[in-house]
Amino acid sequence: MTLGKEEKTPAVTEDGGYLPGTHPDLPPPSSVHGPVHWIKVNLFGSVVDTALTLLAVYFLYSALTFLVGWMFINAAFTGESRNDCRAVADGACWAFIGNRLSLFIYGFYPEPERWRVDLSFVLLILAIVPVLYEDMPQRGKALTYSCLYPLIAAWLLVGGFGLEKVSTDQFGGLMLNVVIGVTGIAFSLPIGIVLALGRQSQLPIVRILCVSFIEIIRGVPLITLLFVAAVMLSYFVPPGTNFDLLVRMLIMVTLFASGYMAEVIRGGLQAIPNGQYEAADAMGLKYWQSMRLVVLPQALKISIPGIVNTFIALYKDTTLVIVIGRLDILGIGNSSLADTKWQGLSTEVYIFVALFFFFSCFSMSRYSLWLEKKLHTGH
Amino acid sequence: MRIIISLVAAFFMASVANAGTLEDVKARGVLNCIVNTGLPGFSYTDKTGRWKGFDADMCRSLAAAVVGDGEKVKFIPATGKTRFTLLNSKEGDVIFRNTTWTFVRDVDVKLTFLPTTYYDGQGFIIRKSKGVKSAKELDGATVCIQTGTTTELNLADYFRANKISYKPVPIESNEEARKNYLADRCDTYTTDASGLAATRATFDKPGDHLILPEIISKEPLGPVVRHGDDQWADIVRWTVYALITAEEQGITAANADKMAMDKSNPNVSRMLGSEGDLGGMLGLDKDWAKRVIKAQGNYAEIFERNVGLKTPVGLARGLNALYTNGGLQYSPPFR
Repeated sequence: MTLGKEEKTPAVTEDGGYLPGTHPDLPPPSSVHGPVHWIKVNLFGSVVDTALTLLAVYFLYSALTFLVGWMFINAAFTGESRNDCRAVADGACWAFIGNRLSLFIYGFYPEPERWRVDLSFVLLILAIVPVLYEDMPQRGKALTYSCLYPLIAAWLLVGGFGLEKVSTDQFGGLMLNVVIGVTGIAFSLPIGIVLALGRQSQLPIVRILCVSFIEIIRGVPLITLLFVAAVMLSYFVPPGTNFDLLVRMLIMVTLFASGYMAEVIRGGLQAIPNGQYEAADAMGLKYWQSMRLVVLPQALKISIPGIVNTFIALYKDTTLVIVIGRLDILGIGNSSLADTKWQGLSTEVYIFVALFFFFSCFSMSRYSLWLEKKLHTGH
Repeated sequence: MRIIISLVAAFFMASVANAGTLEDVKARGVLNCIVNTGLPGFSYTDKTGRWKGFDADMCRSLAAAVVGDGEKVKFIPATGKTRFTLLNSKEGDVIFRNTTWTFVRDVDVKLTFLPTTYYDGQGFIIRKSKGVKSAKELDGATVCIQTGTTTELNLADYFRANKISYKPVPIESNEEARKNYLADRCDTYTTDASGLAATRATFDKPGDHLILPEIISKEPLGPVVRHGDDQWADIVRWTVYALITAEEQGITAANADKMAMDKSNPNVSRMLGSEGDLGGMLGLDKDWAKRVIKAQGNYAEIFERNVGLKTPVGLARGLNALYTNGGLQYSPPFR
């Protein structure tokens, strides 16, 4: 912060003063700068501002003291029933969540086999990393593993081939949400891309098929599709065969998300100028080459917010499994609340479930922001 | 939304002929039983994920009769809207989910209703501070009401008949209703009186709330099976009667074996299979009734353990006492 840029060091007189015109800039006085000034201008600028500020502070204070008091200070963390909680404190009764935690996480999965769920969670994280981070070393090999992961997870969770079989109706709680959510997310993106391309195809049959599929899916609420999966399919398959209900669910959820995904991606495709398609053609690229190398990378980049939006919506829709008689994390909460020992603690359950969904969805949204920034190269 | 669901459901209900549920269950080795997603005292999960309650125990009794083991039950939790769909799509073999027996459900929706396991009736709960002493004074009240249930229709009928108005607050579950009622978002909550009592027991100050004296409907709650499979319906019917007869004759889970050996009472001997072959006529074995009673006890034991006066739900037997004690529970003879 020197006045004259040509002078590296200010010229100093013998008694320690500065030569005229060489005094370095001083910071502005605190009356026009800094946090105090900012507060003065923005929070207490006028009588109305002052009143609003005080009011807001008061509300924040009372809300926060109540929340902190209820959630932490007056909360009971141990106990075997609601009455135990009430005997200790009159705030939140987190003992309930603690007491039912394994039920919330694993549902009815048999206890000695629960390590398989844990392991598949860990493997899931390992499988996601190479998909998310382009820069990781050995990404090619890691991606092969990611592609194989669904098979590994299915084997771990359902069993067979050396592991004890676990029926899918014992799935429940948080793991059920994750299984449905991750399957839907993983499979709906590629299917959605194919549908979006098909919708723009020059081949009438392909186009009509894709358009009708997308429109039908989007014209029907997910809950109806789940009913169809639960009710109607058992009339179509030959009697005696048992097409697993969870698999039907997974298929329906995936198809539902694909329909929406296709439209999101179509939006991205339409934003690509015609010149890009023509340039790719001029390079002599075949259809799939031009799509893979030129069009899709740009279209997908544009579609990221929409894609993640669909993912998040899908993830939250997983609670609808209750319509086919499966208890996800929310359903487990409801059936546990009916236990007279714990009845009446729904606020705690809802907060717990909300936190779970918030963390899942918030991390998805943060990742998408990060990815957008990273891919923001078209200056 | 509900119209679509009911259309789909009605279409398939009408087009299905059912037979052979007994063979299916035996081959599967597991009874698929549809229960409530959570109703205090009737169906809920405990810490280990085990289903408990009055309805869940009835499922176990039936499994003991058919499969031979009261633990061989797969519980299918269903909401008020999905229960019949799950039954008709054969996901479930039987409904034990506090389901009211009505003319339309029995005749038009083509379900088969079996003996009532719990006689209930719809009531209202309200804060004492509101100063209301009778349901007829509820003019203009906001009412929390579970959708897709008979209570919704009863409520409309009752208010129309008494020429008073109300504002409904539709909710999905008992817990949601409890929350809304306590937050004063509705003046009164209406559902089966058993549910009201169970819910009130969990309030911090139960004494501040009043269950109004009017019971505005008849709610006979019992098991339901698909139309058209008479053999299976007979099995469920006589399993319930076995529980009631067992109470009448003093047969309990503890003394069932002893009672079977003792041939002094021909009624008991016939039911428990030490005389004749009633089980064979049902397509089961001789010991079926003994297993039913040994699994979860007789009707009184199931009642007292789950919803009786000593439980937090705290229901008196009332209409559900044996006919000999002034109630309505009455079993035809086993002969």
